Amino acid sequence: MKNDFRARNHPAYWAFIVHRGSGVLLTLFLPLHFWALGQALQGAAVLDGFLRWTEYPLVKFAEIGLVLLLSAHLAGGVRLLVLEFLEWREWQKTLLAAAAGVSLVAALAFMLNLV
Amino acid sequence: MDNLQVSIWRGAEAGGFQDFEVPRQESQTVLDVVTYVQRKCDPTLAYRFACRVGVCGSCAMTVNGVSRWTCRTHVSKVAAGNKLEIAPLRNLPVVKDLVTDMREFFDKWARARGVFTGSTTRKEKFARVEPQSKERKRVDAGIECIGCGVCYSACDVVTWNRDYLGPAALNRAWTLVNDVRDTTRAERLAAVAGDAGCHACHTHISCTERCPKGLSPTAGIAGLKRAVLAATLSGEI
Amino acid sequence: MSNRTQVLLWGAQRISAMVLGLCVAVHLVTMIYAVRSGLSAAEILGRTQGSVGWFAFYTVFVAAVAIHAPIGLRTVLSEMLNWRGRGLDILTGVFGLSLAMWGMRAVFAVFSGGGA
Repeated sequence: MKNDFRARNHPAYWAFIVHRGSGVLLTLFLPLHFWALGQALQGAAVLDGFLRWTEYPLVKFAEIGLVLLLSAHLAGGVRLLVLEFLEWREWQKTLLAAAAGVSLVAALAFMLNLV
Repeated sequence: MDNLQVSIWRGAEAGGFQDFEVPRQESQTVLDVVTYVQRKCDPTLAYRFACRVGVCGSCAMTVNGVSRWTCRTHVSKVAAGNKLEIAPLRNLPVVKDLVTDMREFFDKWARARGVFTGSTTRKEKFARVEPQSKERKRVDAGIECIGCGVCYSACDVVTWNRDYLGPAALNRAWTLVNDVRDTTRAERLAAVAGDAGCHACHTHISCTERCPKGLSPTAGIAGLKRAVLAATLSGEI
Repeated sequence: MSNRTQVLLWGAQRISAMVLGLCVAVHLVTMIYAVRSGLSAAEILGRTQGSVGWFAFYTVFVAAVAIHAPIGLRTVLSEMLNWRGRGLDILTGVFGLSLAMWGMRAVFAVFSGGGA
């Protein structure tokens, strides 16, 4: 038999779900990202033509989501590196809160600058 | 106090929950509840226990979805209202009702080289291990494992990767890696290396969250990850 | 795949993670700064075109992500689809190489700005 949500309902497991989810989504986004920047091979005008898409509210919303994914994966990843490479100490329990805080601040800063 | 509404898993891998009503008592443990059902309601109920005081590690079950030792889990702490759901441990084949087949769990201790190998005999003097040394402190942090299987049951990596050695076996390996008397460090590090060993751990920390002895297999597994990588890079293994 | 290779893959993912930690931090700050007056080709290319520093930075960034992401993907696929063995290793390896080449194409694009 397998565990259900009751066994998984604790902070470090939520952190895992965020880390895995963001990792997979960012991996899927990368080829698209590289393709978009590759438009510059055909000159600034072509790249600008593509970038006009980013004026749409839905695309802006998706961009904020991507920044949140990236900052969450970064902050969660730093947390994992600390847990894996440093000897465990009590203060490391606060890492999770710090990681969540840092990623939200980054996404918020991006959002406030974007709109 | 109202009676407890208890649902207990019946059958093997295929089966279902059967409901029982059990009188509630003060300081009642989950094991008390299971024992009441077996003695008063249905003598065919199969479950395991021995010491009843948190030493032997044989009475672990899944209580309201969470792996726990039942002899030292008070009903008042885990009952949702007056409801208890009691199932066998996860990640292990169910033999009958609340009894699981623990063979793979203990076989993995052997695969992780959980056996101490020294270089001296009883004829020689005791080894002197400095209590304040880094190694001895690491051993202390992991040595109180009672082999109950709660961490193994709580670990999703075990579910997703059937070859994964699991938290208990790796915790055991970590205590031996830090045992300065042991002579098989390289073999042990090789045994716990890679995708079926310590490097499969995703730091869910479920094992640490659920360990009834308050140990942190996650910390030990992290130590193994570093030690194995260092040994691999240096050519020791 | 040998245990030794698996350990080295784990190590490569962690070391690339450390590099990415720095790169992503710079990337986030750059992005937050760049979007202040809207995203435009002039803004991006004005910064990157002909800049050896940004070219070097993005080359390291792409190399690190092309190591980091496929190793993660290999683990995710093996756990979620119960898929293990040579087929998986080859697929994720090819994915990593494609990511590296595709990424370098983008780096070259913003470096040359189409003027090459």
